[in-house]
Amino acid sequence: MDLEKLHREESGRILSTLIRLLGDFDLAEEMLQEAYATALQKWPLEGLPANPVAWLVSTARHKAIDRLRREHSFELKQAEIARYSEFLAQPAAGFSPELAPDRERDSVDDMFPDDRLRLIFTCCHPGLAQEAQVALTLRTVCGITTEELSRAFLVPVPTMAQRLVRAKRKIRDAGIPYCVPSPEELPGRLDAVLLVVYLIFNEGYLASSGDALVRRELCAEAIRLGRLLCELLQGQSESRSDVEALLGLMLLHNSRCDARLSADGELILLEDQDRSLWDGDQIREGTALTELALRSGASGVYALQASISALHANARTARETDWPQIAALYRVLLSIHPSPVIEVNRAVAVAMAGSPEHGLVLLDDLEKREELREFHLLPAAKADLLRRLGRMAEASEAYRRALSLATNDVERRFLRGRLSQTEATSYGESTPP
Amino acid sequence: MQYLLLIYDAESGWAKMTAAQQAAMYQEYGQFTQQITESGNFRAGHQLKPAATATTVRVRDGKRVLTDGPFAETKEQLGGFYMVEAKDLDEAISIAARIPSAKNGSIEVRPLVPRGETAEGTKVEQLSEALRGLVHS
Repeated sequence: MDLEKLHREESGRILSTLIRLLGDFDLAEEMLQEAYATALQKWPLEGLPANPVAWLVSTARHKAIDRLRREHSFELKQAEIARYSEFLAQPAAGFSPELAPDRERDSVDDMFPDDRLRLIFTCCHPGLAQEAQVALTLRTVCGITTEELSRAFLVPVPTMAQRLVRAKRKIRDAGIPYCVPSPEELPGRLDAVLLVVYLIFNEGYLASSGDALVRRELCAEAIRLGRLLCELLQGQSESRSDVEALLGLMLLHNSRCDARLSADGELILLEDQDRSLWDGDQIREGTALTELALRSGASGVYALQASISALHANARTARETDWPQIAALYRVLLSIHPSPVIEVNRAVAVAMAGSPEHGLVLLDDLEKREELREFHLLPAAKADLLRRLGRMAEASEAYRRALSLATNDVERRFLRGRLSQTEATSYGESTPP
Repeated sequence: MQYLLLIYDAESGWAKMTAAQQAAMYQEYGQFTQQITESGNFRAGHQLKPAATATTVRVRDGKRVLTDGPFAETKEQLGGFYMVEAKDLDEAISIAARIPSAKNGSIEVRPLVPRGETAEGTKVEQLSEALRGLVHS
């Protein structure tokens, strides 16, 4: 039995139930750790229990009861623990968890079906700092270790550990409740959760600095969270469509992950990617989810981005891409979510839809904006359009400007490569003074 | 749990209001206070006189140092407070959001340390016992 695998797959479920029972993140985690330690001792000798998950919950619970008794706060949690004990003592469920293989697993879910949902909403409470929400969700819901987190987000381990400690402390000290928000609050709170999931995915998909452009583990976790939310929000069709849109978007992006980098770790643009390396299953699922979400009325940021991604993913060749439709979608997206990245993408889409000069005009207008002076994607996009138009000297200048602003190593190597191409071509031309 | 709701608002905004607007604001506050009293959340609450009426007291090296004005000059000034009882942070937040000044100002929601505990949640009796143990060892 691979205990580490079990931990990764099941600790979210186990932990959320224990937090519910014990009302305390740290206590739940500690007791779970002790239960694992006991498992490591006992299982090799006594054999694997029929239901390892139930065994761990039950063991952790017993240890917690012992601990709480010693600390005299037993009375507070007694009601919860008693309820659980009663349920376990019922003839149908069997007295000993080991004798009722799947029943306790099901009954944990039956009794507290929303435990994981509660945990996600608590971790993503707006009263916690954004980066704390991300870290706490990955740590407690996904079972990622603190060391793995610090590597993923490029911070020292003590920094990440402190981030988690502070977040749990705020939950305890400020009285952040452990519950699923009321129907009125659910849409707003769900937005916060989806944003955390999206941030996790993007962190994995595009490193903000450093060598690796793709961190697959984070993408996989974000997709797992998306699926979990879809499953747990079965009854709430309105809220669910936004989750479906986000999940569709993530799957569509993720379908390209094998084609984005060359063997040497170099960036390959969308139009140059080997589409046979795109994952057809993820494209199909992502597209289906996007359509489902749109039909259920999703019309927000994730639905629009997913639609754009679906148009790219379903074009058999780069040439067959429906650029006018994409440009139109970017325009709608801008109206609800203005952002420099989206403005640049729209300009590029307009250019690709047949009007490169118009695209350049849009980019020139953007460059006039004070706040976009340091935005490297702007000169990079300009350089690309100029290159396509054969205006190599101007393209070189724009690539140089982009290089002076870009920080990501993979992007920089790509820009340098393009620059040497445009410089080589313009070598014979006379450069204006 | 008990929370202090600290009401920060730009005093310049109040000065720009007409008498009628100010009266309307007071009425809104009156209604709000009544609502949270009826709901059982209200424990205390007061408007404060303007920041210019503040005096800041510090004692350093046994010497008393006074400054005219609040402890820090800020764009928004502390104009009042409520102390409320709420079952958790979410309830405290939804009360704070209904404070009339929340529309233009900022409400800080701060939990109180319960009597008999330190800020870290250690029971004071446990601490005393530990201290006693140290003293007598």
